[in-house]
Amino acid sequence: MNSPSFSAQTRRAFLGRTTQGVGAVALAALLRGPALRADAARGVVHPLPLPQKVKRVIWLTMAGGPSQLETFDPKPKLALMHGQAMPESFTQGQQLAQLQGQKLLCHAPQFPFAKFGRNQTEICALFPHLGSVMDDICLIRSMTTDAINHDPAHMFMNTGAQIAGRPSMGAWVNYGLGSEAENLPGFVVMISTGPGRSPQPVAARQWSSGFLPGRFQGVQFQGRGDAVHYLGNPAGVSPAQQEADIRAIIALNRGHDALAHDPEIATRIAQYEMAFRLQTSVPELTDLRREDPRTLAMYGCTPGDGSFASNCLVARRLAERGVRFIQLYHRDWDHHSQLREEMPLKAKETDQASAALIKDLKQRGLLDDTLVVWTGEFGRTPMAQATKGTTGRDHHNKAMSMWLAGGGVRRGHVYGATDELGYAAVENICTVHDLHATMLHQLGIRHDAFSVKFQGLDAKLTGVEGAKVLTDILS
Amino acid sequence: MNIPRFLLLVGWLATPVFGAPPVPGQAGASVEFNRDVRPILADKCFHCHGPDASHRKGKLRLDDRDAALAREAFVPGRVDQSELVQRIRSRDPEEVMPPPDEHKALTESEKVMLERWLEQGATYQRHWAYEPPVRPAIPAGVDGIDFLVGQRLAAIGLQPAREADRRTLIRRLHADLVGLPPTPAEVDAFAFDTAPGAYERLVDRLLANPHYGERMAVGWLDVVRYADTIGYHSDNPRNVWPYRDWVIRSFNENKRFDRFTLEQIAGDLLPDANRESRIGSAFNRLLLSTEEGGAQAKDYEARMLTDRVRALGTAWLGQTTGCAQCHDHKFDPFSARDFYALGAFFADVKELSVGRREDGMLVLDQAQEAKLSELNAAVARAKQALVAVAPALAVAQAAWETAFAAGGAPLAELRPGAKAPVADVRVARQVAATLQKAPAARTGKEVQMLRDYYQAKVGTLHGAERDALATAERARKAYLEDLPKCLVTESAKDRRVVRLLPRGNWMDESGDVLRPALPHYLPQPPSAGRGLNRLDLARWLVSRENPLTARTVVNRWWGHFFGTPLSRNPADLGTQGEMPRHLALLDWLACAFMDSGWDVKQLVRTFVTSATYRQSSDATPAQLAADPDNREHARQSRFRVEAELVRDQALAVAGLLSPRVGGPSVKPYQPDRYWENLNFPPRDYAADRGEEQYRRGLYVWWQRTFLHPSLLAFDAPSREECVADRGRSNLPQQALVLLNDPTYVEAARSFAARILTEGGSAVEPRLRWAWARALQRLPRADETALIQPLLEAHLAAYRADPAAAAALVATGEAARPEKIDPAELAAWTHVARVLLNLHEFITRS
Repeated sequence: MNSPSFSAQTRRAFLGRTTQGVGAVALAALLRGPALRADAARGVVHPLPLPQKVKRVIWLTMAGGPSQLETFDPKPKLALMHGQAMPESFTQGQQLAQLQGQKLLCHAPQFPFAKFGRNQTEICALFPHLGSVMDDICLIRSMTTDAINHDPAHMFMNTGAQIAGRPSMGAWVNYGLGSEAENLPGFVVMISTGPGRSPQPVAARQWSSGFLPGRFQGVQFQGRGDAVHYLGNPAGVSPAQQEADIRAIIALNRGHDALAHDPEIATRIAQYEMAFRLQTSVPELTDLRREDPRTLAMYGCTPGDGSFASNCLVARRLAERGVRFIQLYHRDWDHHSQLREEMPLKAKETDQASAALIKDLKQRGLLDDTLVVWTGEFGRTPMAQATKGTTGRDHHNKAMSMWLAGGGVRRGHVYGATDELGYAAVENICTVHDLHATMLHQLGIRHDAFSVKFQGLDAKLTGVEGAKVLTDILS
Repeated sequence: MNIPRFLLLVGWLATPVFGAPPVPGQAGASVEFNRDVRPILADKCFHCHGPDASHRKGKLRLDDRDAALAREAFVPGRVDQSELVQRIRSRDPEEVMPPPDEHKALTESEKVMLERWLEQGATYQRHWAYEPPVRPAIPAGVDGIDFLVGQRLAAIGLQPAREADRRTLIRRLHADLVGLPPTPAEVDAFAFDTAPGAYERLVDRLLANPHYGERMAVGWLDVVRYADTIGYHSDNPRNVWPYRDWVIRSFNENKRFDRFTLEQIAGDLLPDANRESRIGSAFNRLLLSTEEGGAQAKDYEARMLTDRVRALGTAWLGQTTGCAQCHDHKFDPFSARDFYALGAFFADVKELSVGRREDGMLVLDQAQEAKLSELNAAVARAKQALVAVAPALAVAQAAWETAFAAGGAPLAELRPGAKAPVADVRVARQVAATLQKAPAARTGKEVQMLRDYYQAKVGTLHGAERDALATAERARKAYLEDLPKCLVTESAKDRRVVRLLPRGNWMDESGDVLRPALPHYLPQPPSAGRGLNRLDLARWLVSRENPLTARTVVNRWWGHFFGTPLSRNPADLGTQGEMPRHLALLDWLACAFMDSGWDVKQLVRTFVTSATYRQSSDATPAQLAADPDNREHARQSRFRVEAELVRDQALAVAGLLSPRVGGPSVKPYQPDRYWENLNFPPRDYAADRGEEQYRRGLYVWWQRTFLHPSLLAFDAPSREECVADRGRSNLPQQALVLLNDPTYVEAARSFAARILTEGGSAVEPRLRWAWARALQRLPRADETALIQPLLEAHLAAYRADPAAAAALVATGEAARPEKIDPAELAAWTHVARVLLNLHEFITRS
């Protein structure tokens, strides 16, 4: 990493810093100078080139690839063609995933759709709670992606590239904007799984800082037990004893600094202070027991259960505390089979809480400057897959549905459309890079001017192909 | 030899007139293309006017002088007539270059530099890293590093620092050469060794220490992305640890770097290929692979090819090749064709594109060999015994077949109500079907199947012989199961077809089929008169003509010993990398390395015996301001040690560390449920017991998708990609690890027990003992004054709460000395813990 831009150091401990980079002296000055608070939240993009519509992102990742045909994209024609051969005009010469080379039969949408909101938008009736907030949501039915296998597709959705080693969007955003959270990391990840089948794995590279410094990496909060690894004191060590030890460590480090003049020592001291604060702030943050019972009921969660609902509520609490990028994974949407049996379970696990998150943010005035994003890593085929168990759908990258809600995004709007069978996006086709460009735009960053030198390129989240801000979905 | 350049080099080294390396931007100084101009063009212009033809604008390329002149981009010597100047100075947004929407505006000083370059004749140079390195002359009796660093320091007016004190020197050497702290006795012996050559003797002793190989392996394992798991999707285990031990052994035996390279890339093809070289060839298998059901084979075939080319680029060539996966490199001459042709060298490597890796080659020591051949012999003997009775069995079987054909009872598995496993039923059905066939109509396979079935399920004759064989086979299988195995390279006769993939798209099969070829812009070996193979590639990498390998390797190791590589990004010596300000030094080291026959220990010795290395790392605020990143080496660098070494220091000081070198990877304590998001299959984590719990950090199980959180916190890379330069972050998670990870709590507790049993009986001597052990120095008065009340407070608290004391000292499974009062042990555990958390403890200075 050799970008001099890292000299814009801050004291914020989670922003840490590498020993490399010209920032050493600047940091030392910052640490001792009086101006440190004022500068604390600054990222490398400063001043912001665009008006900042949202300050933070809550990204709900439905891992496995939810079917657009059983969520947000009604296709009555597909129902009529159920069991018939998929017209070759759709699929000829195209790369499919597991269905490649197999007999392709249309598979009807498995659940009824219903109309919601003032525009009577049709979504699957399994999601009545999301239906109740339809007027706050911007639905995109024309999303596409480049990848059709889980691992690369997640990487593409998170980092804009299909190979490992690139920073995740949460890392980019913290790098660009800095963090506003005093005692918390700027990028937090939580993962939930419902009771049920055997979901696709999720790898820590999905929240990696890639070639950006490690301090921008997402920190995974566990749903159960210690939220952050090694957060709890060792057995037999009281909080007062922990504090006494940390004070001693800091004092000895100060003494060492007086002799060695190493700017890293000052950072180390700040990190121990931060670690100690984390030991109280994180348990306080993740303890939902003091939430109003009505709030718990709205989300449908039981404190400490590690469910998606609980994580949504924790996400709101993180947002309140200024965490810049919050990403929740909910696994087990990979319905190659048993679509009929499994989809209602996934809907039940996520529908109420996703809607509650929007309502809750709204009633607290946070929705205006928060962007909520709901998406999988790819969509699914309108063709049946029936290799094992009852029927499901295969991975598919030419059509998927997703939604956004919050600051600066049109409310109650539907954008883009797929063809009559839901095979491919045909109207207002969106790419993952477009989505990233739009999200950065809302955060006040020009995606085409936001780059870091890496491997001889000005590496960008939105790639080299050119991406467009989806201005039609912005209010 | 490139005589003019050589003379020029010696000229500026030796002559006062040219003595000061020119400072770019200074009026009147002569402009040097590589140093002054190329970085500007590369950064601001080559994107559209560089080597990538598909993205070139206005048919203009500025990376090639003739081409630029042909398009009349400028007139050498005539600034006023040069279109280039007109365009960069234009105020018209339609005309100005670079165009405003590229966000690459030139600064005023960059514009001035381009004008001066044109004025001086617009001379081009090949990029420095593609020119062969030339060994600068060093006056006799002078250290090369010190001479060249000193030249530049004198030119820029910096003074070298004094030599570090002996305690610092031995700590530094131990950290850099073996990665373990010296004992107080070793520190004393060195500090008081007044005979000449004490330092060199210490260096030699450490180079001969078996832990040297472990220390050196850490960096190499990053570069080749060594890990215990496959990386994609299920991230399942695979067998490669013998390769890790091969790396350690290679450094310890001082395997020459050229041989080290040959064995890794073509250890199977060498004329003298042997078991050792084959283990080295595991390098070709270290990439990421997948077992994802339904993953597209072609997708992963392409991924694996590109992964390998990137690895070559990072580890040996110092070239960022990744961009050329989709298009010609925008800044370097590396083309997409070069990329896939380089990948084609590996098209013979036998492997599945999707699916479980094979077990690999057996890697046995003598005892294991002996035991295995004994088991093999036992199986052979049992078979012999069975053969001896075969005629009798055959007769019995024939009788059984006849009886069956005559309408005997159905096979046991097929009887109504039989509860045989599905697989057995399937076999039984086949057997029954075969029995219906006339003997003459049965295939060889069917005959064998009948015989096996009969002997296993029906025949009662010679049960003892059959049992003996089964037992012998079981014993052999069980033994084989746990034997060390390693994925290695095997060359397949049928090579995969390698195509140039347009835009890197594996679904597009329209690209040319490519044969293995070396990057076109680098010196080529004499034609072999046949197609090139991996061995040719390996030999080319370490040929004297290759301008990149020695520089890449030496540059990276310079970073290990001095803090920052000479060219800052060790993975990129190309045009987007950094032109080293100490190019003469880099070249001298590269040439000396090659001239020594690629002798790694000699190179390391050259590094660490230089006065430059031996400088103090203390920096005054003025020094920090003048050279914050220590790029001039007017002092040594200080940095926090690598993740693995953080662990090693703590375990060593605690007296827990196992000194064993090599072996299967180990599993330290890890937070519960850390692997809960792994699947296919779900994984339980069982921490190792006993000695395995206390192995060095480099032996920790490397789970790519979920690397041990304590290693991750200290910047150990996941090794999903090759990493030439780890970051060194300073994060609150690091504090949480050192404070609360049971490994470190246990280390503190064990260290405390040592302090209490070995450090005397009074507080002050104990503190002195502890400080000497952990920090290789005595506590200062203010430190003692600070620790004593802490100790007393903890002691009082634990006397009042024996349950808390018992809980703390129960952390970890290491034995607890029974005689020590738990309250005292608990209180001292805190003191030990404070020491293990100090910045000084984890810092090499």
